[in-house]
Amino acid sequence: MQALSAQLLVGLINGSFYALLSLGLAVIFGMLNIINFAHGAVYMMGAFCAYFLLNVFGIGYWPALIVAPILVGIFGMVMERTMLKWLTGLDQLYGLLLTFGLALIIQGVFQNYFGSSGLPYAIPDELQGGINLGFMFLPIYRAWVIVCSLVVCIATWYLIERTRLGAYLRAATENPTLVRAFGINVPRMITLTYGLGVGLAALAGVLSAPINQVRPLMGADLIIVVFAVVVIGGMGSIMGSIITGFALGIVEGLTKYFYPEASNTVVFVLMVLVLLVKPTGLTGRAT
Amino acid sequence: MPALTDDTARTANGRAIGDEMIVFILMTALLAIVPMTGIYPYFVMQGLCFALLACAFNLLLGYGGLLSFGHAMFLGTSGYVSAHALKVWGLPPELGIVAGVAAAAVLSVVTGVVAIRRQGIYFAMITLALAQLLYFIYLQTPFTHGEDGIQGVPQGKLFGVIDLSHPDTLYYVILGGFLFGFLVIYRAINSPFGEVLKSIRENEQRAISLGYKTDQYKLLAYVLSGTLAGLAGSLKVLVAQNASLTDVHWTMSGEIVLMTLVGGLGTVFGPVVGAFAIVAMQQYLAGFGQWVTVIQGAIFVVCVLTFRRGVVGEIAHYFKRSL
Repeated sequence: MQALSAQLLVGLINGSFYALLSLGLAVIFGMLNIINFAHGAVYMMGAFCAYFLLNVFGIGYWPALIVAPILVGIFGMVMERTMLKWLTGLDQLYGLLLTFGLALIIQGVFQNYFGSSGLPYAIPDELQGGINLGFMFLPIYRAWVIVCSLVVCIATWYLIERTRLGAYLRAATENPTLVRAFGINVPRMITLTYGLGVGLAALAGVLSAPINQVRPLMGADLIIVVFAVVVIGGMGSIMGSIITGFALGIVEGLTKYFYPEASNTVVFVLMVLVLLVKPTGLTGRAT
Repeated sequence: MPALTDDTARTANGRAIGDEMIVFILMTALLAIVPMTGIYPYFVMQGLCFALLACAFNLLLGYGGLLSFGHAMFLGTSGYVSAHALKVWGLPPELGIVAGVAAAAVLSVVTGVVAIRRQGIYFAMITLALAQLLYFIYLQTPFTHGEDGIQGVPQGKLFGVIDLSHPDTLYYVILGGFLFGFLVIYRAINSPFGEVLKSIRENEQRAISLGYKTDQYKLLAYVLSGTLAGLAGSLKVLVAQNASLTDVHWTMSGEIVLMTLVGGLGTVFGPVVGAFAIVAMQQYLAGFGQWVTVIQGAIFVVCVLTFRRGVVGEIAHYFKRSL
């Protein structure tokens, strides 16, 4: 029972990261039509940013939670303005290849300076310790990660699906020329959207820093699982990526308990099964 | 969907094939004299294996418009199977190669059936995820020896007579394997099948409305590409005498894309040039450690932003020829 709930907790935490990352991917894909291969790299940058803020500038966890995503988001917007912008109208695959190249550069630079080993990042004092729930011990920080991720996911969903800004965004996805004719600055909106998606990944990075340590390759392997999550969920809806993210985290956790050998592969096996039954993914529209 | 490559260079078919034949003869002649020039043969052999791999990949992306981001799985699978067949089962090299290629063929049928169901960017992500699935399987199954890989694979005697442990002999066998694969791809491109494939790349909806069962064509291209990538993997085992996890990892899939992109997507000789360029770069920049990754990333960025036709593509475009 204890081991099972522990694995479920781990699954929920991984699910939080999957959800935040696939949400960012979905937002970027919706606006820019680009699969952001650099998403793992900016996730890693978020964690490193928090590390630097603490160790160089003495800025703690709480401000970092806001500052790091903004800084990395600005970096993302610069990337969009200087490079991704030039790919509009080209085949989607070029966006994937360009962001893959960017990911290699970013990860390579960090690996050069920090090697492949992890740097520790302490859990903030307020979130130390845990609660005994009777059937299991719940570390407060982990509970915080899950709650925080849920809140951010729902807020992003609300922003895009329920506000006027989100309506512009969705309209611009459907027909950018028409939306421009209404006097809305679509290129700026695209840049901001990329910044938002990248910021979400960086936020996930800050959240994960105390749990997973800060490593240059922390995003590299995670991102492929997130891609699988995206394929399973389909890119049709924001809600789809959030729910699939959490659900697959839990499935992974359960597999780790019942059949640990398959825990690395279960997401990919599920992806194959889903595709065989429903090629558009669970919530996806036809491409 | 705009076309992946620029085909304005493609003039009358007769002249195009004439140009390509001349370059092919030149390339074969150059490769044939390598053992007499004092160039390190293992370097060229490695380049040949990657060139075949990139050509196989190019058949799928350059002519079919399908970006597979998991092509390393064919290289790795056939490599492991060949290495296991040669070392543990003690099969002769020709049967070892057959076993590896057959494994890659089966794998490409199985993964192809799943991946072909989605298009564009989704296809890329599915192939990537399938390759990662295999990576974890190979990491855990005992026969691959996990992180250590299969080491010390015997090269043996081809057909019981040709001793592959001699570098020059091995070189010509690898060259033969490469030329065989290259010509199969060349034949496929210049056949009715290849024409249908190109029409799918340009406009799949129109190909469907013309009555072509495009899924079958795409699957056939995928299987052909995967099988020939498997041939590259088996040949690579004979050269390197080992099979390891790096050949299945997704960074290898990225390198295959890079080779093809640098040389020129949808050109006949581009992948060969690109493969040798990247292998040479890794060889000579090995001392820079992780900076090699950064340089590769930078090449990706530069290619995508300014240089989409690749080396051979640009040359062909400049001279208005088809290469």
